[in-house]
Amino acid sequence: MGRGEVAVRFVDGLLAAGFDFFTGVPCSLVKDVLAELEARGLYFGETREDAALGVAAGAYLAGRLPVVVMQNSGLGVSLNALGSLHLLYEIPCLLLVTWRGFEGRDAPEHLVMGEVMPRLLDLFDLPHRAPLSGDAIGDVEWAAATIRARRKPVCLVVRPDLFA
Amino acid sequence: MTMRDAITIVAPHLGDRICIHANGYLSRAAFGVRDAETCFYMIGSMGLASSIGLGIALARPERGVVVFDGDGNVLMNLGTLARVASAAPANFVHLCFDNRAHASTGAQPTISDRVRLDDVARAAGYRRVGRAETPAALAREIPAVLAGPGPAFLLVRIELGPDGPPGPRITHTPPEMTARLRRALGVAP
Repeated sequence: MGRGEVAVRFVDGLLAAGFDFFTGVPCSLVKDVLAELEARGLYFGETREDAALGVAAGAYLAGRLPVVVMQNSGLGVSLNALGSLHLLYEIPCLLLVTWRGFEGRDAPEHLVMGEVMPRLLDLFDLPHRAPLSGDAIGDVEWAAATIRARRKPVCLVVRPDLFA
Repeated sequence: MTMRDAITIVAPHLGDRICIHANGYLSRAAFGVRDAETCFYMIGSMGLASSIGLGIALARPERGVVVFDGDGNVLMNLGTLARVASAAPANFVHLCFDNRAHASTGAQPTISDRVRLDDVARAAGYRRVGRAETPAALAREIPAVLAGPGPAFLLVRIELGPDGPPGPRITHTPPEMTARLRRALGVAP
């Protein structure tokens, strides 16, 4: 599959699983996914990751099932929203978080978060998976089922080669 | 005009609009004046009331949404003024109760005495922007602000105090507030 085709199938998988509201802040590792969402008129770009989480919370309150796209640098920005809004109020979403700093091979600004991210997700008790293939439909279905069962944010971590 | 005075003037006009209240004294004052299934009170995540209101307004364009914000909250997340204005939801009303202080943490001053937040909202591109500095002005402005079309921003200049919390702590649990607001919006459990 070409890279664009992988992203198209992934977006199809998200929609099939019931996700219907998409916001976030971009990362180059998911540019094809964002381009596909934009092409379908489904993406609401935000200014900051915690603002995107706020918009996603509003969308959930209004009956939508939201996805928030961000780079893992934005996960740091998001911790207070996750802790005192989503986890506290039982407001779920799918976090699609790119893994910059993966295995220590990246620009220096990404290395600390790249190293601690899995432990950070565990610490916040956020269910997470890092799919190995862009044909990650099984992982998307797992995320949707986990959200419905546990009413909390669930994270799919995007490895550098997932959509490459 | 105290925070509670101002909310008491606004409350009779709210009807079935969805009301999102920022954390701090604003939620407590509003809860003490009027409570309904359409009311959502934040007890944390400062700065995000406007973002939550924006998400509801985008998802449900037929429902009026009113955000009860404070100067400290707006200053914490100024980017949202830009995002609201650029998205331009007609059903979005932003009330900023400006006492120029972080009231619930000891009345430390904010910078809203030097940065006029109504001017910032106007520059960002809100469709309608107003300012009310007296009870009479607020009573005159609020029906038109709520009537739309938005996004509208009304700065309500309030005084600090009296000392102590302006209302009780919220008695609903956060998950109960989530469930009842979804009910109010007709979302299946």
